[in-house]
Amino acid sequence: MHDHWEHFDHGADIGVRGLGSTKARAFEQAALALTAVLTDPQRVALRETVSITCSATDDETLLVAWLNAIVYEMAVRRMLFGRFEIELGDGKLQARAVGEPVSIERHEPAVEVKGATYTLLRVAPADDGWLAQTVVDV
Amino acid sequence: MDTSLLIRRSECEWEIPATGHMRVPVILYASEALVREMDDKVREQASNVASLPGIVQACHVMPDAHWGYGFPIGGVAAFDAERGGVISAGGVGFDVSCGVRCLHTGLTRGDIMPVQRQLADALFTQIPAGVGSRGAIRLNEQRMHDMLVGGAKWAVDNGWGSAADLERIEERGQMLHAKPGNVSDQAKKRQREEMGTLGSGNHYLEVQEVTEIHDAARAEAYGLKRGDIVVMIHCGSRGLGHQIGTDYLRMMVESASSFGLTLPDRELACAPLKSELGRQYLGAMRAAINCALANRQILTHLVRDVFARLLPRAYLPLLYDVSHNTCKVEQHRIDGRMRELYVHRKGATRAFGPGHPELPEALRSAGQPVLIGGSMGTGSYVLAGTVESESRAFSSACHGAGRSMSRHQALKTWGGRQVVDELAARGILVRSPSSRGVAEEAPGAYKDVAEVVDAAQAAGLARKVARLEPLICIKG
Repeated sequence: MHDHWEHFDHGADIGVRGLGSTKARAFEQAALALTAVLTDPQRVALRETVSITCSATDDETLLVAWLNAIVYEMAVRRMLFGRFEIELGDGKLQARAVGEPVSIERHEPAVEVKGATYTLLRVAPADDGWLAQTVVDV
Repeated sequence: MDTSLLIRRSECEWEIPATGHMRVPVILYASEALVREMDDKVREQASNVASLPGIVQACHVMPDAHWGYGFPIGGVAAFDAERGGVISAGGVGFDVSCGVRCLHTGLTRGDIMPVQRQLADALFTQIPAGVGSRGAIRLNEQRMHDMLVGGAKWAVDNGWGSAADLERIEERGQMLHAKPGNVSDQAKKRQREEMGTLGSGNHYLEVQEVTEIHDAARAEAYGLKRGDIVVMIHCGSRGLGHQIGTDYLRMMVESASSFGLTLPDRELACAPLKSELGRQYLGAMRAAINCALANRQILTHLVRDVFARLLPRAYLPLLYDVSHNTCKVEQHRIDGRMRELYVHRKGATRAFGPGHPELPEALRSAGQPVLIGGSMGTGSYVLAGTVESESRAFSSACHGAGRSMSRHQALKTWGGRQVVDELAARGILVRSPSSRGVAEEAPGAYKDVAEVVDAAQAAGLARKVARLEPLICIKG
């Protein structure tokens, strides 16, 4: 499977879905889908790196924790991220998120994400890779 | 939603009887057309809520309900702490105390139109809106604490408004028993630069004209006449509330099994009201309510500044301020006996009827103003709480139009520029930092707000008082 992301419909909110050759790649793609709720990830220049770590007892809770950690970093740093690199191991996630400060003119950010929910949450093998998805509240 | 699964109790009242794990029935208030438009997920989610421990009477569903996460948006559920009742972070939502406030201006359409463009530009410049915007107020640790305890009262004490404003806010502008110590450092950090910001998504600030009066006596009590100009502000507790929702949702998800709770949906995560976690969340959520009240108060101050410069004759007292994502302790009569209940309103407005002791003297005979935000192209409504509403849905009514189309679909259907131009041609000036944000919020992506409020009135949840239509819309 080639790594990619997509959005899926959920009433007033938005579903983010990452598909990847491994679970870590699927988590990275889900994070790009999160960025894409705000702006086109390709518009984000890769200038600054932020380290993010989080942990949880199962894959699905870890996905929610991961997306919420990005929401938090975007909010307090007023940044957007265009690339994510993850290492996964034993309920722990270590990541580098690369991006730049929000520019209203260049990014035209559409809507801020309030948080990731547990709705339609799924982390599972799919085809010859992995799927990681949930709904985010905007 | 398939109406054959429901029992019709009257024109705008439907029942889903308690079956399986449900402890109480679901009561849905809507016209047949609105019920048919509703997603089947609303039925599933409301039935799940009806299965939670300690729920009293019924899970009530408002006419603007749609598929949410855990609770449906437009869900009302009351719990009794003495009977194992729970409190749910998902049942309040991420945007704790999101709400609407309405300001009079003392002006009419004729006063506004000559300066409509300047007013739109000045409001857009003055009100921080959209992703990444910052407020002018920075809070250190002590001021953050004071704000979380004091709410709008704190804002007024700091010069952002007058004591008269507090009379016109639920809880008199200050939610008591807030516990800033239960709010994480992350939540406080997220809020540090966000006081006095509007946010994004469906949040807005509008200058509106009163175009129809439906109840002359109540309109007079509220000080509304046809042709009057009002300002409506829709926003919530910003980053602080979002982070509190995030933090406690996770804690409740992780603790559910230790409380012996088996949840049909993790998003319904909750904690017994008598547990330490339940009490902690209650204190943190009340602090977030104060944050929302303070935020709307500061925005009010910014609006007044703009009007004072451009239209010095304007006078902007508060009509009322309502919150529609909360859990509040209230007394309700159940089977003839008064009981203390924890009422969750997720996308639903409290709607106290005439004579309720919580209402300020000036509004007591008319009932509580219920402020309903529509889309930016259609209209909004002022309703009034009714006495019957107490026996219907714990004195609750709808909160808005509700989306009928996803953001994704809206983006495929409209362009931001197109929406702005079409509204400008109808005399509505939209100002927003995000063209895509405007497209996602296109008026056509929302249900008809008139249909929603007609159903609320027919169901006895609230009475229509006035219809308002936008002249200026500042979108985040």
